[in-house]
Amino acid sequence: MKLREVVSSLNLGVASASDTLDQTITGGYASDLLSCVMAKAQAGNIWVTLQAHVNIVAVASLLNLTGIIITEGSRLEEATIEKANEEHIPILTTPLPTFTVVSKLAALGIQGTD
Amino acid sequence: MFQYVLADLHIHTVLSPCAEVEMIPPLIIRRARELGLGLIGITDHNSAENVAAVIEAAQGSGITVLPGIEVQTREEVHVVTLFDTAQQALVWQMEVFNHLPNLKNNEDHFGAQFVVDASGEYIRRNERLLATSTDMSLEMVVAMVQDLGGLALPAHVDRPSFSLLANLGFVPPDLDLPAVEILCSSQESEVRQRFPQIRGFTMVSSGDAHRLSEMVARTIFKIAAPTVAELVLAMRGEDGRWVEIY
Repeated sequence: MKLREVVSSLNLGVASASDTLDQTITGGYASDLLSCVMAKAQAGNIWVTLQAHVNIVAVASLLNLTGIIITEGSRLEEATIEKANEEHIPILTTPLPTFTVVSKLAALGIQGTD
Repeated sequence: MFQYVLADLHIHTVLSPCAEVEMIPPLIIRRARELGLGLIGITDHNSAENVAAVIEAAQGSGITVLPGIEVQTREEVHVVTLFDTAQQALVWQMEVFNHLPNLKNNEDHFGAQFVVDASGEYIRRNERLLATSTDMSLEMVVAMVQDLGGLALPAHVDRPSFSLLANLGFVPPDLDLPAVEILCSSQESEVRQRFPQIRGFTMVSSGDAHRLSEMVARTIFKIAAPTVAELVLAMRGEDGRWVEIY
């Protein structure tokens, strides 16, 4: 599934790198602890978190994630958006909580790893 | 003229809901003296309301008390913040309170938050929930504390929760930190191996004491005076100052 379809299906805001939505999502991962994400998320995953700190961009870039969905309307810092544009990492926003977002992604056929 | 000072820069009092009732000023000072500590930091969760009492209790003991706060950032990272004077810490406390949600503490879940005098006598309870996140980012906390003339150290970075490395993975490259704090149960060399991302940082180790038996004397500073500025010089290894964990 393309990132663009997820954006439109979940009605997500696009806060950065809007020119990168044609990537294909290979699966999903959710955690707010970046140490866990670094250990577990797979390349091509969409990452769901409410952590909006600038370090999320480096983690997504390092792991070649397709994008980051920031949940619960968590306030994005300017530095995070700037860095995400530089690194071509799409940051997507929603007021929905993480559980709801993950349920919707699963309903679209996006799977987590075992 | 340099002095060698044993320090525990991260100690809670009965104001922290998770601390034991024995964490009152005279007992903290007595324990510090038993351990040979010359310098202690008083750092309750998101509040400095007991720092003046501990400073008063330390008078005549030869122990220097640095007043501070253990702030919880919006990323749920704990940061030990320390100052030279209670006035500075209380200014910082006002900022922290402005950024803390206005929730009531639930004593059954979290424990009571006691404000006490220098002898440890009960003055009042803080009814506000202190054991939660402010809405300040890690960067904001470090910048504001440094602007106020204080010192900010990410707490217990090698802990699996409420720590910079667990929550944010690595130290943001633009963050100017003189040192990081590791757990009192950790060996510095092991931490450096386990977390290559902080290999280049100076480390200190404090007790994060919530009871008297958890206070520790394992960080030693070579400094000219027990002040924040001198600690920073020691952490940066400048002008003949240094700090070591043993």
